[in-house]
Amino acid sequence: MYGSLAAIGYGLAAIGPGIGVGLVFASYIQSTARQPETAGLNRPNLFLGFAVIEVLALLAIAFGFIWQGTNPAQ
Amino acid sequence: MTKERGTVSKVASVLSMEDPPWPPSVDEFFPPGLFGIPWLTKFALMTWLAVAVLIVFFLAAYRNPKIVPTRVQWLAEAIYSFNRDGVAREVIGHEGVRFGPYLATLFSFIALTNLFSILPGLQVSPNAHIAYPIVLALITYVLYFYWGIKRHGLGKYLKMNLFPANVPWPMYAILTPMEFATLFVLRPFTLALRLFANMFAGHMMLLVFTLGGFVLLNADALFLKPVSLASWAMAIALTIFETLIALLQAYVFVMLTSSYLQSSLSEEH
Repeated sequence: MYGSLAAIGYGLAAIGPGIGVGLVFASYIQSTARQPETAGLNRPNLFLGFAVIEVLALLAIAFGFIWQGTNPAQ
Repeated sequence: MTKERGTVSKVASVLSMEDPPWPPSVDEFFPPGLFGIPWLTKFALMTWLAVAVLIVFFLAAYRNPKIVPTRVQWLAEAIYSFNRDGVAREVIGHEGVRFGPYLATLFSFIALTNLFSILPGLQVSPNAHIAYPIVLALITYVLYFYWGIKRHGLGKYLKMNLFPANVPWPMYAILTPMEFATLFVLRPFTLALRLFANMFAGHMMLLVFTLGGFVLLNADALFLKPVSLASWAMAIALTIFETLIALLQAYVFVMLTSSYLQSSLSEEH
């Protein structure tokens, strides 16, 4: 069997950002449900937080392709 | 994955013409130069197309402005006011209005080039090639340093960022290297990588599910053939998802650019 450990690595790396992005959106939904008038006020912060957390998962994608390693069978 | 194919269905052989390049690899993102010119790739042509479309669109929209806007004028005004009021003024403050034109240009360029990834015939975004996001991020990098230094002077700007006020001095041992890395490396690096990786991964996912459909259809095992339909349904769903991501990433890019500008222009970090 031959595959890339990078795929497993990416799966592990996506756990943290997954929880993080979930928390960001959960908090946004909660805050707008309590105070609907703050929806526009908080939206920039929502996307800033989302973007900063999301990049961790994207780093994992990029690094998975950069350090692919070689197939020892070849 | 062996190169032998099983029973080839007629549809698959017509549509795929030959063995689909499976699994999709990074080589997809390095297309050959056209007409024997190495730098004249599909990506370069798409960038020119995007620039031309944007120039023509905004000129046409504003050639004959009306008080009651036409549909094209309304679209152009909506894009501009979204960036000036929704992003620049919201994040930077009243000073942000002067960045409105740049942010609107940046937003429309990134949104259009991102949307190329789902347009039939083009199918891939130039931003899926790391060179394009790097240039866009470098402009932001230069821009926030320029405004920070212009506003505060080089010394004060660096002091303000590297040695934040109201912090007990032993903390600087940890804080200063972190702030240094953020200011000089992480901000432009993550800005470029975020856009690149989103477009790259999006294109890769579409390739996996579209080509994967053909691979399943050509599989030896009979029960695997119908699964190709599920694979293509997934490709359609991901295309819609990709549209959302394309626009969202353009928004995030201008949002972060204005956030960095805001931190350069503000009095205290």
